[in-house]
Amino acid sequence: MGERRVWVWTETAGDTPHRLSLELLTPARALGRAEAVLLGPAGESALQKLAEHGATIIHHADDPRYTQYLVEPQVATLSALIEAERPDLLLFPSTPGARDVLARLVGRLGVGAIANAVAVDYDPSGRLLATVPCGAETLATVTLEGPPPYLVQIRPKAYAAEAVGGEAEVRMVSVPLDEANCRVRVIETVEQPAAGPNLEDANVIVAGGRGLGRPENFRLLEELANALGGAVGASRAVVDAGWVPYSYQVGQTGRTVKPTLYIACGISGAIQHVAGMRGSRYVIAINRDPDAPIFELADLGVVGDVLTIVPKLTERIAAR
Amino acid sequence: MKICVCVKHVPDPNLPVQVDPATRRLIRDPKQSIIDPADEYGVETALRLVEEHGGEVVAVTMGPPAAEDALRRAMAMGADRAILVSDEALAGSDVLGTARALAAAIRPEQPDLVICATESTDAYTGLLPGALAGLLDLPQLTFARAVSVEGSTVTVQRATETGYQVIQATLPALVTVTASVGEPRYPSFKGLMAAKRKPIEVRDIAELGLEQHTVGEPGARERVLEISAVRQVKQGRIVVDDGTGESVEEILAFLRSIQVV
Ligand SMILES: Cc1cc2nc3c(=O)[nH]c(=O)nc-3n(C[C@H](O)[C@H](O)[C@H](O)COP(=O)(O)OP(=O)(O)OC[C@H]3O[C@@H](n4cnc5c(N)ncnc54)[C@H](O)[C@@H]3O)c2cc1C
Ligand SMILES: Nc1ncnc2c1ncn2[C@@H]1O[C@H](COP(=O)(O)O)[C@@H](O)[C@H]1O
Repeated sequence: MGERRVWVWTETAGDTPHRLSLELLTPARALGRAEAVLLGPAGESALQKLAEHGATIIHHADDPRYTQYLVEPQVATLSALIEAERPDLLLFPSTPGARDVLARLVGRLGVGAIANAVAVDYDPSGRLLATVPCGAETLATVTLEGPPPYLVQIRPKAYAAEAVGGEAEVRMVSVPLDEANCRVRVIETVEQPAAGPNLEDANVIVAGGRGLGRPENFRLLEELANALGGAVGASRAVVDAGWVPYSYQVGQTGRTVKPTLYIACGISGAIQHVAGMRGSRYVIAINRDPDAPIFELADLGVVGDVLTIVPKLTERIAAR
Repeated sequence: MKICVCVKHVPDPNLPVQVDPATRRLIRDPKQSIIDPADEYGVETALRLVEEHGGEVVAVTMGPPAAEDALRRAMAMGADRAILVSDEALAGSDVLGTARALAAAIRPEQPDLVICATESTDAYTGLLPGALAGLLDLPQLTFARAVSVEGSTVTVQRATETGYQVIQATLPALVTVTASVGEPRYPSFKGLMAAKRKPIEVRDIAELGLEQHTVGEPGARERVLEISAVRQVKQGRIVVDDGTGESVEEILAFLRSIQVV
């Protein structure tokens, strides 16, 4: 058996590859020969970035129609490439575009797929193993049976992107693009200035819950986050109450975050919240209730009133 | 126009998830299951389009007989009739098997539009709609924040990571909706009464022309090997704030120890 071929579905954001695709090159390298598939125009620097992160071959097509029409042209070309090259495993990032392509491939090729994986591996016998959260407190180990290719979609931050250096061979994809597949046309693309915090990249997250009492008190968290150079997150209870927009929500139905430090202020620690912040390196919890479940995963727990502790803390940090 | 809207009967999301250790499947207690709240947005979208353009809304589900409940709810909201795809042989279906069964039920209806939610509340794979669109060979317009139809053109505002796109296709098509399309209506008393009399057609795999090896457990490519608990308890330090500011010093010391300040 030759070396396993692991393909990473790649989208570009501006002139760089999507950061989630770069993350997926890390497991791809570990499991076999990492190759990237990038359909649509992309600059030299984007291809360079993929090579730096370990892609040894980049299957690339620069036809602009791949950005003017959604899903079907991508699926047709990818199906043809799969047919011709027979990769073992395809990894898809958790982006809307990648999900569309993956889902349609399932129907077109009649293959199985795994979504929402947080880890992917092979056992010694060569069986694929993917780890998938099921519910907030359990993990399932899942495999795919039957002949490859296996399709797996991976959650953000499951792996860290690593610039390992290296060169890639760029192979221009020669599959002709069939007009009959150009059915979903992009009329207009509207970029909206990123509303809300950049939770994915924050090193420190100060998150607030219902324990803050009133929406105005979120200002206390903004101030602490500023002092620490971090971002503000929230529990669903306060998002549902309309105190802060959805983009702040951490948890099973919000963002998955992995900061160095997560400070949970007035958050009870419901399993659905914990599902989104469990990966934090350190956790500080401030809560009035000594029995709050959030204390179970705190490195430092402070039983007390968040409204008095947080401003004092901000003041002490700012005074340094 | 005719719209088929997919609705799923899911365990009440407000109750904790339970997995049967023996079968490794989600425990689906039909008495504690409801229409997927995400699918109510799809039903709402379908009803609004038919109110505007005329036509018919058909609710479709695959599930055990109790999933009829989700169809009754969709009909109480206003759907005209329903199809229940139900067969012992479908138990254990993965996304491909489910998509095959729903495709077989929807295909003869020849709908102008198929509507699904973006992802289900229990499985949240979000793969089913695309797989279904692939099998039915329909263009797929996903992550809709808004849906409109003019003549034979469907236009969708598709949510992206950084904003949205306006996308268009010619009918027939499949659309997936998000919660931004508009609040689902509550069934009226009249609606609830009417729903009891609206027809539900039940289809098994033979009637749908499906072969056993393509659906259900035998057709599934995805296998769950093991379920494990991830509840972790850190033995962290707990301090009680006594108002002297001592606890604030503790936090500072901790921040220094991990080099955050
Ligand atoms: C399907 C589903 C998905 C969900 N997804 C998410 C999700 O993605 N993210 C999420 O967060 N939740 C999610 N939830 C909701 C979750 O179950 C909890 O309801 C929510 O996380 C609770 O938010 P909270 O901790 O802010 O509020 P509460 O549970 O009300 O906790 C408030 C806490 O503040 C403390 N407190 C009160 N006053 C003070 C004070 N002055 N000082 C210090 N502490 C104080 C209290 O002791 C309490 O522990 C989901 C639920 C379901 C059913
Ligand atoms: N068994 C089912 N019956 C009807 N519709 C379904 C079923 N499973 C999934 N769907 C539809 O597909 C959407 C996405 O489901 P999923 O891929 O499971 O996240 C759901 O919200 C439903 O609209």
